[in-house]
Amino acid sequence: MITLADVVKFFHRGTVNEVLALNNVSLEIARGDCITVIGSNGAGKSTLLNCLAGSFFPDSGTLRIDDENITTWPEYRRAKFIGRVFQDPMRGTCGAMSIEENMALALKRGMRRGFSLGVKAADRERFRAQLRALDLGLENRLRDRVGLLSGGQRQAMTMLMATLVRPRLLLLDEHTAALDPKTAKQILDLTREIVERDRLTTLMVTHNMHQALDFGNRLVMLHRGEIILDVRDAEKAGLTVQDLLERFYTASGERMESDRMLLG
Amino acid sequence: MTWYAFYGALEQGFVYGLMVLGVYLTFRVLDFPDLTVDGSLPLGAAVSSVAITAGVNPYLSLLYAAAAGFAAGMVTGILNTKFRILHLLASILTMISLYSVNIRIMGRPNMTLLGKPTVLDALTGLGLPPYLASTTLFGVFGLVAMAALVWFLRTELGQTMIATGDNPQMITSQGVNTHTVIILGVGLSNALVALSGALVAQNQGAADVGMGVGTIVAGLASVIVGETVFGCRTVTRALIAALLGSVVYRLAIALALGLKFGEFSFTPSDLNLITAVLVVVALVSPNIKRRFRGRA
Repeated sequence: MITLADVVKFFHRGTVNEVLALNNVSLEIARGDCITVIGSNGAGKSTLLNCLAGSFFPDSGTLRIDDENITTWPEYRRAKFIGRVFQDPMRGTCGAMSIEENMALALKRGMRRGFSLGVKAADRERFRAQLRALDLGLENRLRDRVGLLSGGQRQAMTMLMATLVRPRLLLLDEHTAALDPKTAKQILDLTREIVERDRLTTLMVTHNMHQALDFGNRLVMLHRGEIILDVRDAEKAGLTVQDLLERFYTASGERMESDRMLLG
Repeated sequence: MTWYAFYGALEQGFVYGLMVLGVYLTFRVLDFPDLTVDGSLPLGAAVSSVAITAGVNPYLSLLYAAAAGFAAGMVTGILNTKFRILHLLASILTMISLYSVNIRIMGRPNMTLLGKPTVLDALTGLGLPPYLASTTLFGVFGLVAMAALVWFLRTELGQTMIATGDNPQMITSQGVNTHTVIILGVGLSNALVALSGALVAQNQGAADVGMGVGTIVAGLASVIVGETVFGCRTVTRALIAALLGSVVYRLAIALALGLKFGEFSFTPSDLNLITAVLVVVALVSPNIKRRFRGRA
């Protein structure tokens, strides 16, 4: 169980550019929940996700993972519990290092790193098997530099690496938005496969309403730093894009700038 | 070039090769341009010289020097990570402070080691002529340090260091505190540089507070020369290239110093300018090449 309680986050506080990015957000994420987060630009989606990841600390409020108060834990310490895939495919992998070296780094997520060999012969078979499952031909390129791979291949690797050590929470930050539609679908299918196989607790930020409706068992809509909609299971399954637009209108009193969200 | 000059260049190449390996570690692996080296080279020389003068075994004095260098590097690392000072500025601050520290350590701006025991005694005792003794010994030091770095950069910790330089966001989300890695890495680099300085002092029989001027530029030039001549496709290859680059750089300088254009010839004091020009050319040429290729 992951809990956010009354989380407030300002950016540029005390200046003319002050933005209230999260306004008293409280959210309980049950074990096995797979939540999609939508909202218009500047609604606080990424802020919510970065706040969980520890990119910054909230101004007030608390964050808990299974009764552990992680509010003031730095990002690297939370990484023990959290797997993360970024929007930019370049950010989740290390381009200067080989495929197997990247996987070996991910295999040690949240653990002590010492003077034993980074890539161990015994792990290589395991890496190969997992890469074979991606069906991208990477299993024969273990020693190739990751910088040589395409964005889609790198994102697939990031997905694999984020879940190599089972995370208690998987954070996906519009992780298909920078890819072409075909690759985006592949990555989304891969995500679904891994999340369902490992029954991972997941939070996925997306701009795409179809994706948000299609994926996961729960949907959260943010607007101006507040949660304006939180539906799950049967209720979510019955929703359409039209419903979402209407719910957004009634909750916020504004029309959604919808083209990018529909098409994106 | 005479054989004597050739051996001299080889000896210089190896002894400063330790420094170049240190510069490679910060400049290329950690992506941290570290000017501390201009201060940590004389720091190593000073610590080792004072220790030897006080009767410490010359080999043990190398350890002291390395430890002092490590501490100096850590100061730079801490200034950069914990106090969020720009890496260049952080290293300049440490470098400047080391000038005062080094004079404090020696009690004066320079000191001689003439007549004192050095690490070279064991080899000259075997009957080797001094110029061969130093070349051999420093060659061994260079190779051992290089091999140790090759090993280290393959360990879990070393891999973490490479990732920290290449993609700090990625390695943070894999649970690594990049601050710790940077502090350790810059420390390790300066330990090597101080070791190099200690050996230089023992070889030339004196430590001088000004002996570090231009170290970073010579280090960068060597790294770049090595990469250009020997390639850097893998980390192992790049480390070999760094050490050999140091040798090639010293050979090139020995050649340049022997050149004569009518009345004009280069003097050792021209080296900093020549080296800086070399580094600028090496840094700029990939861009120029790319621009030409782009238009073609």
